[in-house]
Parts: sequence; structure tokens; C-alpha cells
Amino acid sequence: MVADETALGLIQLGAVFFGLGLLGRLAARIGLSPIPLYLIGGLVFGTGGLVELHHVDQFIHLASEIGVVLLLLLLGLEYTADELVTSMRRSWTAGVVDLLANATPGVVIALLLGWGLTGAVAMAGVTVISSSGIVAKILNDFGRLGNRETPAILSILVFEDLAMAAYLPLLTAVLAGVGFLTGATSVAIALIAVSVVLVIALRYGRYVSMLIDSHDREIFLLTLLGSALLVAGMATVLQVSAAVGAFLLGIAISGTTAESARTMLEPLRDLFAALFFVLFGLSTDPKSIPPVLGWACVLVVVTVVTKVGTGWWAAARAGASRYGRLRAGTSLVAHGEFSIVIAGLAVSAGAVPAEFAAMAGTYVLLMAVLGPIAARFAEPVVRRLDRLRAPAT
Amino acid sequence: MDVEVTPLPGIGVRKDFPLGGSGRRVGVVDRKDGTVDLILSRPGNPDECEQVAMTVTEAATLAGLLGAPQLVGQLVAEQRDLEGVNTRQLSLRTGSPYAGRPLGDTRMRTRTTASIVAVVRGGQTIPSPGPDFPMAAGDQLIVVGTGAGLDAAAAILVDG
Repeated sequence: MVADETALGLIQLGAVFFGLGLLGRLAARIGLSPIPLYLIGGLVFGTGGLVELHHVDQFIHLASEIGVVLLLLLLGLEYTADELVTSMRRSWTAGVVDLLANATPGVVIALLLGWGLTGAVAMAGVTVISSSGIVAKILNDFGRLGNRETPAILSILVFEDLAMAAYLPLLTAVLAGVGFLTGATSVAIALIAVSVVLVIALRYGRYVSMLIDSHDREIFLLTLLGSALLVAGMATVLQVSAAVGAFLLGIAISGTTAESARTMLEPLRDLFAALFFVLFGLSTDPKSIPPVLGWACVLVVVTVVTKVGTGWWAAARAGASRYGRLRAGTSLVAHGEFSIVIAGLAVSAGAVPAEFAAMAGTYVLLMAVLGPIAARFAEPVVRRLDRLRAPAT
Repeated sequence: MDVEVTPLPGIGVRKDFPLGGSGRRVGVVDRKDGTVDLILSRPGNPDECEQVAMTVTEAATLAGLLGAPQLVGQLVAEQRDLEGVNTRQLSLRTGSPYAGRPLGDTRMRTRTTASIVAVVRGGQTIPSPGPDFPMAAGDQLIVVGTGAGLDAAAAILVDG
């Protein structure tokens, strides 16, 4: 019987991976981020029609935890401590505007739907954080790295990512329903940890990297992954959220070590993160989507406006033209992996109603698809409108 | 020249400067993974850039193409007082009989009185190459000599 279980588990897991592979191929063909398709894939699997996943349940749960750790670890590896500090100093006003403008719609809608404080805090995170992955891909694919507005866009992303390090422990505390004092303590621990890691990374980043670096690929991978999971686990014990621990470790690793860690971990992250997105889809009941669809669309319209407004304002401060401001604004629309990370935390804690998962999933689905489209077509459309209007005046 | 250096967090560093004549900006984006993007702002629009991704080798080659005329110019300036001496940049094309052979095989100095004073390859300048320096197709040879000597040198590089 045990052999049967194993065989079934392997077949199910193989079917999931293979299915995701096909979806990923489809996404690449139509030039889309694969995240929305993974979510849909999860929804389809979850209805029980195609594949019943009882035999790999536990594996997928653990794998998706690892996926979140890797997502945040690689996010930390993207940045050097130096970049974070200079970027923060230069653009904290734009960052604060971004947080306020884009958290408010999430909070308001959560309160309107009666999800209470917990739902409001979680929804705020979902609507604030743009997907640095999708945005970086947009900037690259459309050849906008040299443009005047680009540093302003990237600064906002850095601010959001760093703000997440303070936000996640807060969310964890709220979700756990702990008292004000315990919550405040874990946020304080997180803030202190962020500052300590930044100082260590700025002064002694070399040594952290030396500790992990190795010329042997196998040893390097084991040390890196081992330390990431250890740090993530310990952070969870301190109620600081595993993701934050991984993010901080990523920041502390610098230079060539960070570069080789990135190339080595990227495929692993894609694999485990894909399972995480599937799990989120699985735990969302498709029947709960239609009732919230209207509100999700309202939220999409409102946050597209606030995100474009934020980018517009930030790019204007950098002295960009109207079209540059429009490009900056539309670039920020894309939401993705980190919105799902936040929503996933809330859902797995069981502290939010079922409609929350449906709402967050639908919202991210729409924003992940809409983002690249808006970034691509808003400027040509406005240019054409301007040209039509010009002869008249 | 004032090069403006702008950090692009998560991507790399942008370095660019204004071109006096056309009012455009030109520069590069140095990525963390070592590759380089060439950027050139669109005419009449300092906000928007053309962006060309390059491998390390491609970037080095472009740097060589941009650097070589400068080297020739420098040598010409140094020889301004010497009547009848010129500097020319000759390229060793694919199919030249000397591609892949040591520089000494050309017996350039004996046959034409012209000297090969430098070789530019892949963006790098190799000064005063010796007779055993292996030449490769695509090399740019910086040759100094009289007008007639340089013409003869060019013919030798093509026909042997």
C-alpha cells in the first residue's frame, strides 16, 4: 500500500508540474506573467474535477512555505544595503505617498465588506505592493532603462519592498490575534532586525558572504538554502514572519556571492513559488468569486487611478515630461507575487472570511494582466489623442 | 566630461552624458550580471532612450571601435612636426593570408619601411606588438610610415 501511495503522489505531483509547465508556456507565448495562469490553474485543480491532490497535500503545503522564503530571499538578493539606504533617503516622500494612496482603497473596501481590522490590514498590503518582478520585466522589455522616469519608479519599488519588512510582522501579529503589546513587540523586533542587518550588510557584508560562499556548487547551494530556512524558521519563532527573515538574509549577502546565489536559486524559486500560487488557487473556492467580482473591479479601477497618480507625481518630481509621467504611473499598476504572499498569509492563518481569498485572488489576477497592458498601450493612446486634438486648437 | 551616474536599484547603474552637438544623451546601463546596455536618448526628447542590450564581448568591441580612431588621432598629432610621416588604421580582414600568423611573417618594416605600432582587438589596444604576436582576422593595425609605405602595407595585408 505504501508503494501505491508513493506512486500516486508522484503521479499527482508530476501532473501538477507538467500542467504548470504548459500554462507557463502559454503565458510566454502571449507575453504575460505566468502568475495569473498559475492562480487559475490552482482554481481549476481545486474544484476537484481534474486532479484530486490528497496524496501530495502535505508536500505542497511545505513546498509553498519554501516558495515564500525563496521569493523574499531573492528579493533581498536583488538589492545591496547601499542601494536601499540611498534610495530611501532620496525618495521616502514618494514612498509614503504611494503607501497612503494605495493602502486606503484596500482598507476602505475591507471595512465596507465587514472584514474588520484584520481584513483591512491584510487588504492594505495587497493593494499597496506592486510586483517588482513584473515591473522590472516591463522596464526591460520596453527598453525604458535609460528613461528619465525610471529611477523614480525603481525607488518606489525599493521603498515598498523595504516597507514590507516592517509590515509583514505587523500582519502576522494582527492575524494571530495577539494583544497590542505582543504585536508591538514583534514589530519592534522586526524594525531592530532590519536596522541591524542594514548596518551589518553595509559594514561587514563581506563576512556574511564569505561564510556562505563556496566554489563547490553543491556545498554553496546547501549552505545557502540551509541558512535561509534556518533564519526563516527562527524568525517565525520570534513571530517576525519567515519571509522577513529570508529577505534580511538576502540583503546581508552581497557582491559576487549574491550574484551566483541569484543564478542558482532562481529556478528553485520559480518551482516552489509556482506551487505556492497553485496552493492559493486551491484554497480559493471558485464559487466565492462571482459575489465579490463587482467589488474587485471597483477596487481595480480605484487602485489603477491611485497607482498611476503616485507614479505621475513621483516622475514629475524627477522632471519627466507628461508622457514620462504616464509611463511611470502605468508601470506601477502590475501587482503579483507579493500581493499573493500577503493574501496567502492571511488565508492560511484562517483569520479572514472566504470572500477575502476570492477578492485578493481576483484582484491580483486582474492587476497582473492589466499592468503590462497599461504600461504598453497607455502612452501610444494618449499620444494619438494629443495629435488628434492638436490641429483643432 | 561630466558623466552623470544614477543608481538603478535592483538592476545596476546608469552612466550617461550629454552630446554637445545634437542635444541628445548617450551612455550605458551597467547591469549587475556584467552585461551592458547602450542607451541613446531620442532626438528632441531627453526623456526617452533607445536601449540596446549587449554582451560583454560586444560592448568591448564597440569600445574598441570608438577608441581606435582616437589612438590614430593621438599619433597623428605627435607626428605633426615630422614631414612625410603618417599614421593609418588598417584592418586585417577575414581571408587575409596573415590572419592567424605571427606579425613577424609580414616582414612589414623590411618591405615597406612602415611599422605596426599597435594592434586594437576586441576593444583592447596592444601597444608595440613583437614579431611573434599572433594576428587574427578582425584586428585593427595602427601603422606608421610614409604615404607610399602605408599604401604598400595595406596591399601586403590583403594580398600577402
